[in-house]
Amino acid sequence: MPEDKEIVTPVPPAERPEWVKDERTLTNSGLPEEERDWFCDARPRRAEKSWRVVENFMNWARAHSLWILAFGTGCGAIELRPLVTARYDISRLGMQMRPTPRQASVFLIGGYVSLKTLKRIVRSYEQMQGPKFVVAVCSCAINGGMYWDSYNTIKRIDEYIPVDVYVTGCMPRPEAVLAGFNLLKKLIREGKAEGQNLYADKFDWFKANQKQVITDWNMPDYNW
Amino acid sequence: MRQLYDQLKDTYRLTEYGERHPGQAAAQVPAERLTSLLTQLRDAHGFSHLVLMTCVDWLEQGQFQVTYILHNHTRRQDFILKVRVDRAHPVLPSIHTLWKQARVYQRELHEMFGLEFPGSPGIDEPMILESWQGPPPMRRDFDTRKFSEERYSHRPRSHSEPEARMKEQLYPED
Repeated sequence: MPEDKEIVTPVPPAERPEWVKDERTLTNSGLPEEERDWFCDARPRRAEKSWRVVENFMNWARAHSLWILAFGTGCGAIELRPLVTARYDISRLGMQMRPTPRQASVFLIGGYVSLKTLKRIVRSYEQMQGPKFVVAVCSCAINGGMYWDSYNTIKRIDEYIPVDVYVTGCMPRPEAVLAGFNLLKKLIREGKAEGQNLYADKFDWFKANQKQVITDWNMPDYNW
Repeated sequence: MRQLYDQLKDTYRLTEYGERHPGQAAAQVPAERLTSLLTQLRDAHGFSHLVLMTCVDWLEQGQFQVTYILHNHTRRQDFILKVRVDRAHPVLPSIHTLWKQARVYQRELHEMFGLEFPGSPGIDEPMILESWQGPPPMRRDFDTRKFSEERYSHRPRSHSEPEARMKEQLYPED
């Protein structure tokens, strides 16, 4: 596979404001001056693996307490109600819904993503604490689905945030979503759910994609 | 409904009367008589409910048709008013003074069709299309497929290509 070009746009020393320490510092260019202090200017870092035994144990623990932040952007979110209620009852698998990105480890994108929601998705994803995983539910989030020629719906969410598990269907039944969660658990146990590290590695690629569609970028470049 | 139409016809220059079923009538009104007609209908004839405002793009005739649907709760009647405006200069009187909720419809029509409603509050705030660059998307000469392909096209990458991975899993011999 060809290695894609790293789109690093370093800040040249001449144009660097005094609060930008080096070329790796994010400039948070869309923000007003007085708001820059509220956000971190460091780039996301890789979560390095620890010793194998420790890592295995931690992965086991992670796989058994998946807390979900459900971003119900479209009709896929309807399928989450039967998932948490008595019939499918995901709490027996150690999962539960959380109301805030700060408490969640799984980000569930349920449905089509418009430009307006993409902004909120990027922001919520970056606010989540690691380790964090993304599950894309529904065709619309994965390849555009029936909105493939829509003027305001982005086609592939995995060009903007990293996705670990794709659940296809229009809409997928709760069984399919459960199967997706089981796959995610398996991947976590094997240490293969590396979306967070991918985001750190390809940060410039993701950021360039995000900025290409969101033209009025008034968010910090990375916020956590 | 026919009676009401005949009564208002000359004052407001109504044309093209149509009645689909008893209790629902439609008529066309010129844009300059619109506000006074709506006021008259609301205050004197009991059409107190603005059901919706919507727009049709008649591209071939070079016109927009803006439709106002009013409802009379006591007599259970609908009155549909159609206004034709020039497509090149789509300016209509704002009716937010008659019904407050009309500003939301007007914002939407401004965003989706590029209609102008001078004086309507918050008309330039984006409703759905944040950071939109381009022509109003619901106009018929807007090519949504071309726009989508240019703007949201697939970008090449070196990591986690689902297509390649699924091909590897499902059809390894190809």
